[in-house]
Amino acid sequence: MSERQVVITGFGGQGIVLTGNILGKAATIFDGRHATMTQNYGPEARGGSCSSQVIVSETDIAFPYVEHPQVLLCMSQEGYEKNAPSLRPGGMIVWDSDLVKVGEMDPSWATLNVPATRIAEELGNRMMANIVMLGFLSAVSDVVSVEALKQAMLASVPPKTKETNALAFDRGREYGLEQSQAPEGQG
Amino acid sequence: MASKAVLTGTHFMNGDDACCEGALAAGCRFFAGYPITPATEVAERMAKRLPDVGGIFIQMEDEIASMAAILGASWGGAKSMTSTSGPGFSLMMENIGLGLCTETPCVIANVQRAGPSTGLPTLVAQGDMMQARWGSHGHYEIIALAPSSPQEMFDFTVRAFNLAERFRLPVLIMADEVVGHMNERVVIPPAEEIKLIERKKPSQPPGPGYLPFHPEADGVAPMATFGMGYHMHVTGLTHDERGYPAMDAGSQAQMMERLMGKISRNRAEIDAWRAFGLEDASVVVVAYGISARSARGAVALARQEGLPVGLVKLDTVWPFPEEFIRGLAGQVKALIMPEINLGQMVLELERLAAGRCQVELVPHPGGAIISPTAVLECIRQTLKEAS
Repeated sequence: MSERQVVITGFGGQGIVLTGNILGKAATIFDGRHATMTQNYGPEARGGSCSSQVIVSETDIAFPYVEHPQVLLCMSQEGYEKNAPSLRPGGMIVWDSDLVKVGEMDPSWATLNVPATRIAEELGNRMMANIVMLGFLSAVSDVVSVEALKQAMLASVPPKTKETNALAFDRGREYGLEQSQAPEGQG
Repeated sequence: MASKAVLTGTHFMNGDDACCEGALAAGCRFFAGYPITPATEVAERMAKRLPDVGGIFIQMEDEIASMAAILGASWGGAKSMTSTSGPGFSLMMENIGLGLCTETPCVIANVQRAGPSTGLPTLVAQGDMMQARWGSHGHYEIIALAPSSPQEMFDFTVRAFNLAERFRLPVLIMADEVVGHMNERVVIPPAEEIKLIERKKPSQPPGPGYLPFHPEADGVAPMATFGMGYHMHVTGLTHDERGYPAMDAGSQAQMMERLMGKISRNRAEIDAWRAFGLEDASVVVVAYGISARSARGAVALARQEGLPVGLVKLDTVWPFPEEFIRGLAGQVKALIMPEINLGQMVLELERLAAGRCQVELVPHPGGAIISPTAVLECIRQTLKEAS
């Protein structure tokens, strides 16, 4: 299957859409593949539940909605509860361990967690939790290449924050590399 | 300045932003609008970009004023546009008619959301398609394009400006929330590769005997704008070729002939569609905008099953490609149209098929795009009934 589908979910203000945008940009601009990024949100500007859906493919993508993702990144309890049932068998679920309490998991899933918000806070800004998450993803999944993801991230964050965001990305990646010593998922 | 206006390169960009970039690349230097989800990003980017390229952005008090302002700007010589969604589109209707009657080039992007009324502000629909055709009072011809990707938001916006300038009328870009908010690859070519059309200017110098609404052989009158030295009178009342109100049936007939004829006699320049796999098709899916992507996915799946299905993607939706669809209806067993409304453009298919082939609708009330499997199911069912 040449299409890889990722859903990132959380609440408004966490940079969920930016995260999807970076992933899509990495695939399109830096990996030279095809990608779509769509978003789901309510009328509230902040605090409401939101998600972004990314499809990465070797060929042109016809249908840009994601119905059953292979990879699910959860940065809120509501996002987890809403989206986990749609994850495919054999898929990968990653959650922020301080924000999400998970319930029963499908045994075919690769289940991984990272204290992304706590790591970002340690680096001085919890707003970077999404970047920690991306760094983590780069270690545990090959949806896009690490180099492409990092370049896309650096091209998408405010210039002044590049250095700390790079640090956040690396911290997430290191944490992921430690975790991925564990049995591999299909993500 | 040209390099600043045309962001040549490969981008991962949403459709609203691509619409703005298409407009700037086409030479748009005036935008008046009122923010509304899901079209706000067009205005937001215009506010940021226009001052950099010597243009003007105004946030108006509402959509009625926005539409009026872009008409005024066009008569001042600028290429102008606005963007909106359902509720704002409704408010623009009267002044779109003014633009049609005064033959004023301009572009309106409607990034459709679900209605009626305020409906679902953040969610997709294609419910304004008949409003685009008939929403302003009186009889008229209009041009509307339906992009199905951020790339087409760029390309079709450039084309919308070219058609507006060529035929002197408001041109509609009938986009939708998914196309507007979806990010995808957008390739912006070098400025010199983007073909632009400018409105015809009068060849005759200012003075008595100049007729601002006298058409040339192609049905389109050259356009003098304010400040060029011509004496001008521009009115939404029925007017003669001098532009003066003329309150009689003969003048009305003459003006209507001009407004209708410049479109109906130049269809070769306006009509645009793309057809795939029609050679062996007994069923053809006809689709536009975001639903053309659902259709493309469904036709690919159907072809994997060996089903004789073709696809027509309508790039220009108004005027509707009558002749082509009439011909197609005579060759196939069925036409299928998926659209995110409960049956609008499908009425055109029914009208043109006139009973010669079956016409099926894959409807959706709005709030989500149509799944390719829904279209596939209709293809299977239709083929079964037809055999």
